[in-house]
Amino acid sequence: MSFKRISLYLVVSVLLISHQWTFAAEWSGNITAEARYFFEDALDNRQHRSTFSLSAQPEFYHEWDNRYQSLTFVPFIRWDEHDDERSHFDIRELTWLKAARDWELRIGIRKVFWGVTESQHLVDIINQTDLVESPDGEEKLGQPMVNFAWIQNWGTLDLFVLPGFRERSFAGSEGRPRTNPLVDADRAVYASPREDRHIDFALRWSHSIGNWDIGIAHFNGTSRDPDLLPGLNLQNQPVLIPLYQTIDQTSLDLQLVTEDWLWKLEALTRQGQNGGRYFAFSGGFEYTLVGINDSDADLGLIAEYHFDDRKDFAPTPFNQDLMLGARLAMNDVQSTEALAGFILDTNDNSKVFSIEASRRIGDSWKIMLEGRMITDTPSQSPLYSLRKDDYVQLELGYYF
Amino acid sequence: MTYLIRSLTICWLLILLPALALAESAEEKGLRIATESDKKDSGWSDQTADLVMILRNKQGDEARREIRTRSLEVDGDGDKSMSIFDTPPDVKGTAFLSFTHALKPDDQWLYLPALKRVKRISSRNKSGPFMGSEFAYEDLTSQEIEKYTYKWLKDESLDGQDTYVIESYPAYKHSGYTRLISWIHKGHLRPLKIEFYDRKNSLLKTLTQHDYKEYLPGIFRADRFEMVNHQTGKSTTLHWANYAFKTGLSSRDFDKNSLKRAR
Repeated sequence: MSFKRISLYLVVSVLLISHQWTFAAEWSGNITAEARYFFEDALDNRQHRSTFSLSAQPEFYHEWDNRYQSLTFVPFIRWDEHDDERSHFDIRELTWLKAARDWELRIGIRKVFWGVTESQHLVDIINQTDLVESPDGEEKLGQPMVNFAWIQNWGTLDLFVLPGFRERSFAGSEGRPRTNPLVDADRAVYASPREDRHIDFALRWSHSIGNWDIGIAHFNGTSRDPDLLPGLNLQNQPVLIPLYQTIDQTSLDLQLVTEDWLWKLEALTRQGQNGGRYFAFSGGFEYTLVGINDSDADLGLIAEYHFDDRKDFAPTPFNQDLMLGARLAMNDVQSTEALAGFILDTNDNSKVFSIEASRRIGDSWKIMLEGRMITDTPSQSPLYSLRKDDYVQLELGYYF
Repeated sequence: MTYLIRSLTICWLLILLPALALAESAEEKGLRIATESDKKDSGWSDQTADLVMILRNKQGDEARREIRTRSLEVDGDGDKSMSIFDTPPDVKGTAFLSFTHALKPDDQWLYLPALKRVKRISSRNKSGPFMGSEFAYEDLTSQEIEKYTYKWLKDESLDGQDTYVIESYPAYKHSGYTRLISWIHKGHLRPLKIEFYDRKNSLLKTLTQHDYKEYLPGIFRADRFEMVNHQTGKSTTLHWANYAFKTGLSSRDFDKNSLKRAR
């Protein structure tokens, strides 16, 4: 079944069920305006120096059966001034949950996060990246699933059946930042003859033992990371064509907390991406300075190292990279926060700087600032075609 | 014969006990009162309550925060608790899970609904403010006997109520306080007032707890907490409502799975 058909079935069944409900609905969510400004002219003259965009993400939630059952519906819509691919609609969540004493069952579209590190989410694989939303890959598309969690003294065992593969979203011709040449997502090809109808499976055991949080997982199915192959579009212009491989991935995520220190490790071995097997890990620490200068503010110092044994052939920029970062939390009424990061590729010397900051205004508004800069990228780096796309972005969100 | 010896022993003990009590040091008396208070406040099994926090700055501007709380009494260890934030709307659905321990550091997790991510929180930040309020995390987590050492100072009448005045010293080296002075009600053994002294031993904050009600036999809860920060002029009021006890919660309602679906 395709994602669209699954979504349609789910929406119709929810409408049929909700018709019989006689209780007050619970709505929340946000509406956000975003302005992005690029410091340089783009590589492609169809792109722009600045863009304006609006998004809305309402959320409906209802629980019954003494909190043992719930329904969540989170649609998302964005309009972008220039980029037709970024103007898009998605169902982030549409899930029925049934919880019992030692199990939980979830059916529907959902978002699941696995992992512990900050600068890369290596083992996180259930959801596809909604890349047009944010170039850092933190935003995800809703994934249809049946998820059964078996909860025992020895930990939680999660089984996922994942029908309806989601293709990664890529910026359109006027979108920015993006690769050059652009990715033609409509021409995506699959290693599996079942294409996007392949049903994927995942199994994860997770547990907290004293100071440790641990997760071990296996995934079998369509890789969320496409290989980007040079090709031509229908107008015979050069484009990148996404190729989705069928993979097996086994992963570990581990975290240890000791007072001021959080130690983190994510590691995986993946078979099937480009045929062979590869190994990758991300690991590091976050050290928190509590109450700096006798204030209420906390400063977290973050260091992480990324390794991918495909090295320069890795399609990811995180092949042998060092990340250093600082997170400031003012712990004030407005929840003022800032995160600054610096990533150095220790092989080719390319550098990424990023900053994110946010602050609440009153009770219902929030202002968010984001900036990203890439320098010293050699032509063989996956970041090379983003070299002109340094930007600063301001968002104002209304929350209800 | 053994019966006679036993009776005599009991007689002797009865005669000696008041003398032993007289010989009790101020430290022993402080610990005894704290232990009795802790013992009296046991047997509630689990508790749920709704909390409205009013944060006030020096100019009197107010901000409102709504939180639902659930706690579970754990035999032989600190309590487990979960706080679910309902407002402000940008943090709605954020939930905080904490396992308090008597001697080792507490275990803490935060669920961030936008990212669907459970984050482990370093246990070091206990002295930091809770939600931008004048309450530190360490003021709100369960008060285990072993977390402090004690000293009885005096008995005093506070607003016409008889109290024990007890000084306590945090055993935790990263506490934000050098000492606390508590006015403990002689009847229900709950604090009416607590003064917090900062790391420089200056008076930092005063907490007063108002409108105590007995919810279960021997189990008293205050409906209103007032915390005033003397150094910044800021203050925080906690309004507690809808207290419920023995609702049937279990440790399963206080794990990472339930944290993710807390809402």
